[in-house]
Amino acid sequence: MNKYFNIARLSLKERLTYRGDFLFSSFLRFLPMITSILLWKSVYSSSEQDSLSGFSFKQVIAYLLLVNISRMFSSMPGLATNLARDVREGSIKKYLLQPIDLIGYLMSYRIAHKAAYISTSLVPYIILFGSCASFFDTFPTPVGCAYFILSLMLAFVIGFYFEVCLGMLSFWILEVTSLLYVVTTLSFFLSGHLIPLDLLDTTGWLDVLKNLPFAYLAYFPAAIFLQKISDDDLLLRFFIGVLWALFFFLLSRVILYFGLRKYSAYGA
Amino acid sequence: MIVIKTNNLSKQFRVYEKPAGLIGSFKSLFNSKFKDIHAVENINLEIHEGEIVGFLGPNGAGKTTTLKMLSGLLFPTNGNATVLGYVPWERPVEFRKAFSLVMGQKSQLWWDLPASDSFELHKEIYKIDPVKFKKNVGELTEIFQVANLLNKPVRELSLGERMKLELIASLLHDPKLLLLDEPTIGLDVVAQSAMHRCLYEFNQTRKITILLTSHYMRDVETLCSRILVISGGKMVYDGQLQGLKDEFGKEKLIKIQFKNLVPDQVFSKFEQLEITGGIVRLRVSKNDVPSVLAIVSQCEEVLDISIEDPPIEEVIEKLFVSHRSKSL
Repeated sequence: MNKYFNIARLSLKERLTYRGDFLFSSFLRFLPMITSILLWKSVYSSSEQDSLSGFSFKQVIAYLLLVNISRMFSSMPGLATNLARDVREGSIKKYLLQPIDLIGYLMSYRIAHKAAYISTSLVPYIILFGSCASFFDTFPTPVGCAYFILSLMLAFVIGFYFEVCLGMLSFWILEVTSLLYVVTTLSFFLSGHLIPLDLLDTTGWLDVLKNLPFAYLAYFPAAIFLQKISDDDLLLRFFIGVLWALFFFLLSRVILYFGLRKYSAYGA
Repeated sequence: MIVIKTNNLSKQFRVYEKPAGLIGSFKSLFNSKFKDIHAVENINLEIHEGEIVGFLGPNGAGKTTTLKMLSGLLFPTNGNATVLGYVPWERPVEFRKAFSLVMGQKSQLWWDLPASDSFELHKEIYKIDPVKFKKNVGELTEIFQVANLLNKPVRELSLGERMKLELIASLLHDPKLLLLDEPTIGLDVVAQSAMHRCLYEFNQTRKITILLTSHYMRDVETLCSRILVISGGKMVYDGQLQGLKDEFGKEKLIKIQFKNLVPDQVFSKFEQLEITGGIVRLRVSKNDVPSVLAIVSQCEEVLDISIEDPPIEEVIEKLFVSHRSKSL
C-alpha cells in the first residue's frame, strides 16, 4: 500500500507544480452556475407554475449547486483521454514493466488530484453555498449527511472505473476522442447534471434512468441531500449503485486482461 | 545460468493498409485491407548470466519487438521464451522486480518533478531496502556525476542528463537483467563514455546481464563481446564480434605515409581510397597485404604505416546486404 500512497503523494506534488492553472480552473468552474440560475429563472417565470415535477425554483437551484458537488467527485477530467494517449504513444509501458498495478496506479493518481481539487475548492464552495443558503428549504439529518457522503464516494468509484473502461478501449480502437465526446455528452444529460431526472416524465420507462450508472454520478447524491428519495427506496438505490461499481471494476479488469493481449506497444 | 532462452520466438502484426489519397481513404472505409507483417521469425537464442550482448539490425529489423517480448510487453504469436526463469508475458511481480528496460526515447521519470522524487517512488515500488537504496543512489550519482541534478525538475534537464538519471533509476533495484534500447541516442561522446564505463562496471561487479540494441557501433565495440544480428525479423548472426569481422571483413585498410609524393601507378593494382600528398589509403584483401608491404619496403622515406580492419559499420552493412540478397 505504501507505494500507492507514494504515488498519490507525488501526484499531489506534481499537480501543485502548475498552481496558477490549477487555481484558475478551480475558480472558473463556478461560472456556468450563473448561466444555469438565469436559465431556470426564465423557465419557471414562463411556466407560471411554482413547482415542476415536485421541484420548486429554489429546489432546482439547490439541486444544481449540489450536482456540482457530485461532479467534483465523479468527473474524471483527462483520465480516459490520457490513458488512450498512453496506449497509443506507448507511454503505458512504464506501468506495465514495473511491479505495480496499472489501475491501482491510476486510482492513487486520481485520489491525489481529487484531494488537491477538493481542498482548494473548499473555501469558494463554502462562500457559494453560504450566499445561496436561501435556496435550501431543509437540510438533511446527520444520518442523511452520512448517506450523502457515502453517495459521493460511490460517485467517485463509479466515475473512475467507468472512465478507465472507456480509456482502455484504446487497446482496440486507438483513437477514442469521438467516442468519449458522445459518451460525455450522453452522461451530461443522463446523469442529471443539466436537469433533475425527476423533471423528465418518469411515469414510464424513463424511470429506468434513475437506475443507470450515470444517475449515480450527479443525480443520486443531490437527491439524497434534498431528501427526494424515500427511506425505503434508499437502500435499494445504494445496492444498485454498489452493483454498478462492482460491474465496472470487474469490467475494467477484464478489459485490461484482454487488452494487454491485443496491445501492440506502438511507439514504445 | 541461462538468463534468456527463446525457442522459435515469433511475432506477427496485422497492419491496416491505407491507400494513398482522399479517394483511397473513402474506399478503405468500406473495403479495409490488412496485411500480416512478420516482425520477428523463429528467434532462437540463449544468453548466460553476466554476458553483455549487442543486438544489431537495421531499422524495422525486429530488435525492439524482440525486446518488448522479452520484457513482457508483447505476447508472441508463436514460440516461447523464459527470462530469468519466468515466462515474460505472464508478467509475474517477481519477474518485474528482477529486470529493467530502458528505452532511449521514453521516460520513466516524472516530467515535472525532480529525479530524486522518482527515485523515492522506485524505492517503494521495488521495495528496496533503505540502506541499499542510499548506497546505490550515492554510487550511481557519483559514477555519472549527476549529484547536483537530483533536485532539478526533469523537464529542465538536457537529454544527456536525463538519460543518465533514467539509467540510474533502472539500476536502483539491482536488476539481474538490463535490456537497453538505444541507450546512448542523442548523447555526446563524454556522456556515452560515462555510460559505457558504468555499464561495464555494473556488469563486472554485480554480474548483471545486459542485452543492448544500438546504432552506435562504439557502444557495441566497447561493451559487447558477443553480438546478435537480426535482419528482416530473422537472426542472421550470433557470435563473437571478432568472428563477424573475420567472416565479413576479409579486407584490410592500409594507410601509408611517405615523406614525398608517390606516383599513382605504384599501387595501381589495389583499390585506392585516397592518394593525397604523401598519404596513401588502400583497401586490399588479406592475402594481398604481404604484396603491399613488399612494395612499401622498396620505397624510400616511409614515415608511417598502419593496417586496420574495416570499420564495424561496414562489416555489418555487408552482412545485411548479403542477407537481403539471399532472401530475394
